[in-house]
Amino acid sequence: MGGVGRYIIQRVLLTIPMVFILLTVVFLLLRVMPGNPVMSMLGGRNVSAEVIAEYEHRYGFDQPLYVQYAQYLAGVVRGDFGTSYRTGKPVLQELFLRFPATIELGVCGILVAAVFGFTTGLIAATRADRPADHAVRVFHIASFAMPLFWLGLMLQVIFAVKLGWLPVASRLGGRMAFTFKQITGFYMLDAVLRWDGKALADIVRHLVLPSITLGIALTGLQGRITRASMLEVLDMDYITTARSKGLRERVVVLRHALRNALIPIVTVFGLQFAVLMGGAVLTETVFSWPGIASYLVRSIEARDYYAIQGSVVFIALFISVINLIVDVFYSMIDPRVRY
Amino acid sequence: MPDPSPRRPVQPHGLVAVLFWIVRKASRGRIALRGQHVLKVGFVVVVAFVLMTVLANRLPALNGYHPSLYRDAPRLEGPSAAHWMGTDQLQRDVFSRILSGGKASLIVAFSAVALSMTVGSLLGWISGFAGGWLDRVLSLTMDAIYSFPSMILAIVLVAMFGSGIAPMIWAVGFVYIPTYFRVTRAEVLQVRETSYIEAIRAVGASNTRIVLRHVAPNTVNAIMAVSSFNLADAILTVAALSFLGFGLPPPAPDWGFDIQNGQKYLQSGAWWLITFPGIMIIALSLGFGLIGEGISDLVNPKRKRKRV
Repeated sequence: MGGVGRYIIQRVLLTIPMVFILLTVVFLLLRVMPGNPVMSMLGGRNVSAEVIAEYEHRYGFDQPLYVQYAQYLAGVVRGDFGTSYRTGKPVLQELFLRFPATIELGVCGILVAAVFGFTTGLIAATRADRPADHAVRVFHIASFAMPLFWLGLMLQVIFAVKLGWLPVASRLGGRMAFTFKQITGFYMLDAVLRWDGKALADIVRHLVLPSITLGIALTGLQGRITRASMLEVLDMDYITTARSKGLRERVVVLRHALRNALIPIVTVFGLQFAVLMGGAVLTETVFSWPGIASYLVRSIEARDYYAIQGSVVFIALFISVINLIVDVFYSMIDPRVRY
Repeated sequence: MPDPSPRRPVQPHGLVAVLFWIVRKASRGRIALRGQHVLKVGFVVVVAFVLMTVLANRLPALNGYHPSLYRDAPRLEGPSAAHWMGTDQLQRDVFSRILSGGKASLIVAFSAVALSMTVGSLLGWISGFAGGWLDRVLSLTMDAIYSFPSMILAIVLVAMFGSGIAPMIWAVGFVYIPTYFRVTRAEVLQVRETSYIEAIRAVGASNTRIVLRHVAPNTVNAIMAVSSFNLADAILTVAALSFLGFGLPPPAPDWGFDIQNGQKYLQSGAWWLITFPGIMIIALSLGFGLIGEGISDLVNPKRKRKRV
């Protein structure tokens, strides 16, 4: 088999222990933690011991820990993540229902980060140690130190409450939230498929503030890597050669330097998916976005064991897949990379 | 050869001097602090925040208003001469809550980073030095935790441990362990192959002695830089946990929790409830970030121009 094929298989096999370890850690910690799941399921009301015992039996909490663990593992392998006792639906089904919302937000956030980070990094690198460079660097460091949820709220105050330009929260506004028919769950795509211009405009308007919130969080890292990578390339001999040939600076930067500088930039892009998912928790909470991350937070509040475990495993799997794709993509843009 | 620059630097005073002394000692006197403005600004910011928080918690009514008692202050009023940062819905002065609201953030950030630094570095030294199956199992476990979003992991953990300061320390501390593990393990692997370690081994030094006397000190620089960036991140994580309601129970003043409270009055235009706590979080996190920048420049002078 070819190098890339073998590498992919290796990586997929390495994903298994990673997911397994996370699953085990979360499973054990959930069982150790104080608080009775049955009690929270019954709303903490005064219930008789028989009812509690019956519920414990129904959900398998009366079994020894290792039996519960084995049963859960067997279920996960078969694609059965258990049933959420908050909603009574299979966890996996709930996750798939919310997945498109998170992806849609994530992709838009990444686009914002790419545009902001890339342009600011490029500006800083081509004007190194001049005022524009200093300003950009301060912006990058500040974006690291910015609490995401705070940024989201400030944007809400300014653009939704004070100016009234954009909606405060959720994915769709007014009556459309009830009348809009989903196809794939990716609202933007659905609106295009249904040829519904009004809905599309509303969806985009709802996406602006959350995407900027999530995107700013990633801008700092992206911008710093762009700047550093560009500076390194601009120092190289072949750039001096290009300049001494009399090429315009714009051509030197955009055609000669940029391509080589792209490699580390793309790598960081892949690594950021973990940060992105972390940021999604806060963004989805602030903007009442019905995605996986806000589902996880609500499951935690309700101590919905299977939903918490399922979400963690799902997120871990998702990130592994993304990392794998980035790695393969990496070998495509840099022909020197061999596996 | 005479010193090329006869201008002597201004010596730092007081607490800043003590902190610089610690940095210099920790890095075995190999660094000069001349012109390290980024580092100095960071130190001053962090020291100011620590002093402010300690003072405000010792003397709750520092500016005439108690942070958590309900007073006759007006309800939900914007900034004025009497209440510099306005008042909240329970007629409390926002400014006095701001002054003492960093307690949980500072305690949790420092303790959690200390915890993960100790556990992570120890595991890293052991793993890097022992090698074999132990190294492989530890690395795999750490990589698994590391690749998972730290914010989500911290939320899940704190939800399991219960809310409050101690659970937050455990949760945030656990999340950062892999960071230190990776840094120290990488350093150990590098140092282990050098010829001076081989020489020490040839002289007959025990493994414990090699690790403690010769390998561990070499990892200190890297760990210091990482820990400052970590503190900056921990401040944000703690703020997020408090925002989601896993922090101190009300009515204790806390920046993250106060922002969550302010969210309810956002529609009525009470911008001061969320603006000021947020600025405090940014300033403190920025302070730690600047220290990290400064230390990284010291440890690796070549980096200064490139700033990766």
